Amino acid sequence: MNQLEKETVLDVRHLRTEFGLPERPLVAVDDVSFQVRAGEILGLVGESGSGKSITLRSILGIVRPRGRVGGEILWKGRDLVPLDEGALRRVRGREIAMIFQEPMSSLNPLLTVGLQISENLAAHTDLDGKARKARAIELLDMVGIPAARNRLGDYPHEFSGGMRQRVMIAIALASNPKLLLADEPTTALDVTIQDQILRLIQALSRDLGMAVILVTHDMGVVAETCDRVAVMYGGRLCETGPTADVIGDARHPYSLGLLRSIPRDVAPRTPLYSIPGAPPSLNALPAGCAFTARCPVAGPECRDVRPSLEAIGRLRQVACHHREEALVHFSAREAAQ
Amino acid sequence: MSQSMQEAATPLLSIRDLFMRFEKRRSLSDTLAGRPRQVVSALNGVDLDVMPAETLGIVGESGCGKSTLARCIAGLHRPTSGDIRFEGESVIDLKGARRRGYNKRVQMMFQDPYTSLNPRMTVRDTLREAITVHRMREGAGVDRRVDELLDLVRLPDGAADKYPHEFSGGQRQRIGIARALSLEPTCLVADELVSALDVSVQAQVVNLLLELQDNLGLTVLFVAHDLRLVRHVSHRVAVIYLGAIVEIGPSEALFSKPMHPYSQALLAAAPSLDPTERRRAPALSGELPSPLDIPPGCPFHVRCPHATELCRREKPALRPVGNGMTACHFAETIGGA
Amino acid sequence: MSIVVQSPIRKAGRVRAFLGRAFLRPSFVIGFAILALSIALALFPGMFAPYDPLAFDLSAIQQGPSLAHPFGTDNFGRDVLSRVIWAYRVDMQMAFFATIFALLIGMTIGAFVGYYGGIADTIFGRCVDAIITFPFLVLVIAIVAVLGPGLVNMYVAITAVNWVYYARLTRAEIMAQKANDYAAAGRVLGYSDRRIIFRHLLPNAISPIIVYWMTDMALAILLGSSLGYLGLGAQPPAAEWGVLIAEGRNFLLTAWWMSLMPGIAIVLTGLGFSLVGDALADLLRPKGR
Repeated sequence: MNQLEKETVLDVRHLRTEFGLPERPLVAVDDVSFQVRAGEILGLVGESGSGKSITLRSILGIVRPRGRVGGEILWKGRDLVPLDEGALRRVRGREIAMIFQEPMSSLNPLLTVGLQISENLAAHTDLDGKARKARAIELLDMVGIPAARNRLGDYPHEFSGGMRQRVMIAIALASNPKLLLADEPTTALDVTIQDQILRLIQALSRDLGMAVILVTHDMGVVAETCDRVAVMYGGRLCETGPTADVIGDARHPYSLGLLRSIPRDVAPRTPLYSIPGAPPSLNALPAGCAFTARCPVAGPECRDVRPSLEAIGRLRQVACHHREEALVHFSAREAAQ
Repeated sequence: MSQSMQEAATPLLSIRDLFMRFEKRRSLSDTLAGRPRQVVSALNGVDLDVMPAETLGIVGESGCGKSTLARCIAGLHRPTSGDIRFEGESVIDLKGARRRGYNKRVQMMFQDPYTSLNPRMTVRDTLREAITVHRMREGAGVDRRVDELLDLVRLPDGAADKYPHEFSGGQRQRIGIARALSLEPTCLVADELVSALDVSVQAQVVNLLLELQDNLGLTVLFVAHDLRLVRHVSHRVAVIYLGAIVEIGPSEALFSKPMHPYSQALLAAAPSLDPTERRRAPALSGELPSPLDIPPGCPFHVRCPHATELCRREKPALRPVGNGMTACHFAETIGGA
Repeated sequence: MSIVVQSPIRKAGRVRAFLGRAFLRPSFVIGFAILALSIALALFPGMFAPYDPLAFDLSAIQQGPSLAHPFGTDNFGRDVLSRVIWAYRVDMQMAFFATIFALLIGMTIGAFVGYYGGIADTIFGRCVDAIITFPFLVLVIAIVAVLGPGLVNMYVAITAVNWVYYARLTRAEIMAQKANDYAAAGRVLGYSDRRIIFRHLLPNAISPIIVYWMTDMALAILLGSSLGYLGLGAQPPAAEWGVLIAEGRNFLLTAWWMSLMPGIAIVLTGLGFSLVGDALADLLRPKGR
């Protein structure tokens, strides 16, 4: 089915999350807009300070009350931003679920795994005790935990890292959410286990028709797992589009630089392309484009004027004043290499 | 480098049959119950030669023993059995002045930029200490050398009198490199030097390392889990699984045609940047066995798709296959898939 | 321009910045003020005390607080305010000497035990168990009973018990610091164990120890006063708060000021140490990433 024909389940419009004093706020997420369709996997990729994790947490409202969320977050047509804690709690866990990077700190070490799944089911469904147990076994099976029935009574520390991550996914899936927010779920895992977990997430998304927003810093993970990707820098969007386009034919100088600094198709032991400088801290962002200080094709207006997301073709958007120069600059480099 | 060329040159570092076992602390109840001591077998018979001026990459997943190996080489652990020879002389039991002599030849850089520098000492203090303790320079020469070292790692002039927390992660790793270089070593051990850094910063530090190696003729042991980086940086690569080398060979050859089933799975699992190369099934199933309880025979047989009865019984030795060496009974048939 | 000069200037700047942050905290300011006053009174009691603390004035026995005697007089006509002020010298000394040796000894032992572990750690553990099982005061009194009353013996007795707490704290902090990579780096750089422990680990471990020391000084005053009250510490007619409270013991209903005023001094000074300790705990917390 064509991606465009599937219904949009999440529509984020001009999301803005800030912290600190209202007079001098630290803007962690600045005017971010994107859509996610049913069964689609969207990747949010960026480095430290990019705002990708805060974006996820803003969707579920768990940055409040320290953070202030503005804009619109339309979940199946309903705006989540003005909802109070009580209303949000009914959405969390039941319709939108979230998994985190460190399973050991997101699982309660004092409760058995079975109990934790049961808890979620009790909170969000009407199943009775026996039905909850059966569903718990079903979920553990679904996420690939061998001998699921016997493991209900085990505590989180009795599972390995990869298994714990699967347990967290099982808990998240308990009430059949339609959207899964995954905040760097595999960053702390070994490569072979990461591979298993990502394949699992892909399969679940396919089989359950569940949309996924996957936050990561690894372009490879994005390439392998996501249908669409949004690149973030300094709390703002640089570029969005189908994965194949953004990875294979990037247009924003940051995306281009990032992809170019990954060693592939370069002669071994030669200097890698590197973006000069380091990711910015939130209190030192210019009024214009956040990437100005490190950009090889920055012009005089870049520091003062924010580039807005402009469409390239039907499915892609890029926020840059000097798209053409960027393309030329990096193609020349590639030819030189 | 062909096999015969390697044998002709003398290795800088020679490791033979290295075992490292850590005993877990026993509780009083364990002692009273007479339970046997639990032993973590971190290294199980490592044989390795490191040639002068080469970069040897060491890859493997967590718990495979690569960090333990690095620390044994740097002198932080005393191996349980086996030998490490530097320029022909054993360095296992060195004490006092001879130990310090070895430290001047082999230095180490650490993974965590936040804890690898003493937070209460300025950069100048840290470097001066290393220089003066080993009497590398005297009087005014010490501070001149400090400035030289900071130049070498491309840190700005004012950096010397700042404290570690005033620097970014990438800069701190450079300070770590400067500290290691202050002793003018022949060999550097880099234990996950860039793993904790943002992607755009990793390339900067890697480039610095390459440049320093070329200019100073250093031998580098590059321990990492990022396969792409290791491939780019190394002349030769060794793959470790459960404390033993399962494959070693020239970097390009090993990465384009891995022989050992684990190497193959590792490379297949690593996220590819090509969105068309997508798999549904994970490259490797199962979990890493606990190093408390290493399987008999070939340690990989539990997860190996090609395991036979022979594999369960007999541990394969590291033997020449193709361009490098592999520890697999069936390397000729499995390899080069 | 000499390059070497910059380091001391940066370090001085760091201290200045720290003090700047410290004085923004009300708890630190109040505590510091109390301590500054206490130290001033301890160093120069003659300047502040209106009367000689030992002078009898039999015409003014047990007079309540008045303009002439703000804290009243005791049963010998001595001015209570002057006696309380002169007691600062003794009690502040107590706070310091009863703790400093325990700190130095405990810190050294704790550092070695924390760094080397092994059999020393096991022995240390049993030692700690033995000492802390007993109530602190009982143990101290027992030692004083053997050694005889008096300030010096009191210091010895308290130190003999108190070092364990510093040692335990230091051991934990050293073990935590040892796990950091900069400790491993020191070993790879060929530094001696002594250098690593005292130049690298201990400076990073010392903050909680300093904070504990502040609170301990408050406790030391209480302990010293208690012993003084029991006649096991400072001896009358010396002015010491515990001794003063004991002297007023029989007159609580008739001349309550004799015991209450020194009691307030104890509370106030203890509060000063606690506030400073509290503020330091917040200020010395390691900087974020």
